[in-house]
Amino acid sequence: MPSADFARVVDKELRSDEPLFADLQARHLIMADAATSTLAPLLSQYRTRKACIEHGPKLHIFVVSLRCHHTCAYCQVSRQPLGQSQFDLPGDAAAHAVERLFEWPARDLTVEFQGGEPLLHFERITSLVEAIEARNRHEGRNIRFVIASTLHDLTDDQLAFMRDHRFELSTSLDGPEWLHNANRPRPEKDSYRRTVEGIERGRKVLGEDAVSALTTLTRRSLEAPVEIIDEYRKLGFHSISLRPLSPYGFARKTETRNGYPIGDFLRFYAVALDHLLSVNRSGYFMEETYGRMLLGQLLTPFSHGYVDLRSPTGAGLGAIVYDYDGTVYPSDEARMLASMGDRSFALGRVDEPVTAWLKSPAMQRILAAGVAETLPTCADCAYVPLCGADPIDHFARQGDTIGHRPTSDFCRKQMGLFDLLLERWETGSGSDRQILESWAHRATRREAQPEVEAA
Amino acid sequence: MHALDTKAAMGGWSGPTLVKVAGLSDFAAGQLPIERMALDLRMQAGAPTSSALAALPWAGFLVDEPEQAPNGRPWVALPPDGLAVAAGDAIEVRPETHKVARRYRRGGNNNILFATERCNSFCVMCSQPPRDIQDDWRVQHLCDLVELIDRDTSQLTITGGEPTLLGQGLRRVIEHCAAHLPQTHIQVLSNGRNFGKEAPASTFVAPHPSLIWAVPLYADHYALHDYIVQSSGAFAETVRGLYALEEAKQRIEIRVVLVKPVVARLPELARFIYRNFPFIEHIALMGTEPTGFAKAHRDELWIDPADMQAELTEAVEFLSARDLRVSLYNLPLCTLPKPLWPFAKRSISDWKQHYLPACEACEVRTRCGGLFAWVTPEWTSRSIMPIKETYSCASH
Repeated sequence: MPSADFARVVDKELRSDEPLFADLQARHLIMADAATSTLAPLLSQYRTRKACIEHGPKLHIFVVSLRCHHTCAYCQVSRQPLGQSQFDLPGDAAAHAVERLFEWPARDLTVEFQGGEPLLHFERITSLVEAIEARNRHEGRNIRFVIASTLHDLTDDQLAFMRDHRFELSTSLDGPEWLHNANRPRPEKDSYRRTVEGIERGRKVLGEDAVSALTTLTRRSLEAPVEIIDEYRKLGFHSISLRPLSPYGFARKTETRNGYPIGDFLRFYAVALDHLLSVNRSGYFMEETYGRMLLGQLLTPFSHGYVDLRSPTGAGLGAIVYDYDGTVYPSDEARMLASMGDRSFALGRVDEPVTAWLKSPAMQRILAAGVAETLPTCADCAYVPLCGADPIDHFARQGDTIGHRPTSDFCRKQMGLFDLLLERWETGSGSDRQILESWAHRATRREAQPEVEAA
Repeated sequence: MHALDTKAAMGGWSGPTLVKVAGLSDFAAGQLPIERMALDLRMQAGAPTSSALAALPWAGFLVDEPEQAPNGRPWVALPPDGLAVAAGDAIEVRPETHKVARRYRRGGNNNILFATERCNSFCVMCSQPPRDIQDDWRVQHLCDLVELIDRDTSQLTITGGEPTLLGQGLRRVIEHCAAHLPQTHIQVLSNGRNFGKEAPASTFVAPHPSLIWAVPLYADHYALHDYIVQSSGAFAETVRGLYALEEAKQRIEIRVVLVKPVVARLPELARFIYRNFPFIEHIALMGTEPTGFAKAHRDELWIDPADMQAELTEAVEFLSARDLRVSLYNLPLCTLPKPLWPFAKRSISDWKQHYLPACEACEVRTRCGGLFAWVTPEWTSRSIMPIKETYSCASH
């Protein structure tokens, strides 16, 4: 709406016989005749938007081992060296976790195996999958298995098992070889080659669409938006995830070396978005997943269901993490905080019933700060219907679950991305708008599937 | 136009009688008692019938001449150029008016169950103007008719009037369909206004394996919708009714009749449907049927399909890009831009369907739904013309 019209609306100068008046009524922005019109659609919109809280957590993360052969400086989970089997998920804790999984009411469950490097404890993955499938024979849930892995040292037997159980692979690819190897050191300096090999082998056995990749952005990465995207295109990906570093794990310790202000990320994202649009205009479809979710929230009636961007928060309501030592967390971030010594967001132990976790002080604390519509500053924000609450992230960054929006990096990132995407949508060419809309509608179609976490 | 009927000569019928016209195969199938069937003795029905067969307790006989019927038994003789009736059809014989009406046609693509003449709306383009009469007798009548309908009938439409005005009676009819016609797809044409009100949707919702409610919604704005249906507050009731149906886990289609004021806000309506009723299974955008009230309001309602292409294209592309299934009814292919052809359905009932002389030379006629039989020049698009596909092959 032109700002002159907007001013007329606010000043109540808009006449009721103007078409704009009818438009605003039909979108429930003006209510002129309460007796013959209805606000029922607003209630329905709200219900649809919040539908993801109805059935409890869909995303269940099983940490089968903390061991890893990488020594990434930004590791968010504080991995452990290869030989240390005390960092593996033991059998009795795994058996309890399977019991708990089926205590949740969701019809659709995503079971994601994480680490460390989960392939290093593959026998636990096989035993968990078999136990879950045996139990599911009379439960009848729709279960999807995902593994978040570097895909290094993937064996044929492992791949065959994954094919038989229709696994999806989620790996980390930070960009071209020089960047990936600099970000992800192995003594052999061949992390890139091994990951690309793993991607190709995974695709061959599990299918092209079964392999996805996520990017972690270090300060080095911010110099290379075009190269990162071109690398994804070269490898045949149609989806890329550009996420800034999180302030957890080793990332916090190395912040001065790898970290960057959120403004730098936003500048990077703007260049990346322009390049992605030109890639799409050239006829090659590629979406950015975070932008896709924000646009989906804006341009469709549905919610994306992404656990880090929900209100009420997805922590404990959308996702659950079963850690290698039998502790249960409401999100990956809570587990990362625990690995840094702050276990205050642990929900409980895997041998306790789910109801005990929901009553825990940690869950109460999360819920008290978990509804964006009620948080200071968020409550008055135009973007709040599209945004989410992330109390644990605010605690990690600001030492307080409610947090302080004017100095919140989470808020700055969200505001910056909303502004950028809306500006591109509003001022872009017809084809740019079509591209952004096609991302949004893709988000709708994937609604049922939670976004997986990174390797 | 809920029934097709004709004057007919008849004798021996004691009252209104609903019967199935029996051919030999229906007799052999033995699904109905002989007392509920009329034996077809007409020359067109084929082989002459034995007197032993005729002696069975048929409800009556279809004849060319009264003498063909066994002595003293009920008979009816249809005029040769009147209503077409064949084996498997269900007819109603009404001796008090000397009329025969066909209530079901075997193999027909759009058989209806006419629920009531009453309606709580008064739409400006209504093809079936309502009458405020007490016709609850139709509930039993429809239940009887359902028993005469072939079990392999693919689709039936319950219409009116407003079927929900039958209250529990509608539920009874649907339950009867579920019992006798479990494989038949049932669509109920309802304005949905009763669902959100005193009678909850569950009043009407009876279990049937394949049932869809087809509800008209004419605008994103209440004033326009209320004008079209000539009833203040109808929009709000229909909107609440759609949500009540969704809550009752019903399948829903939205129907939009493309009269001029509706077309003017069609893209806005498409957006409104997507944003507020994303659970809708199908959206039908329908050309106006030039009969009933529509004829009296021609100047306010008529818009040549050739002049709605922009709005139609925008709405169809918007909806289909968002995975909402959309169809175009009652619009001949030559009035549509070619990208919309895949959405056009042959929707006009076989007995209403008609082509114009210009259609003779058309190469896509067999794919085209044609026009309503009662179309007049003032309701005919200026873009009606034969389509030659030969040159368009270059684009393939």
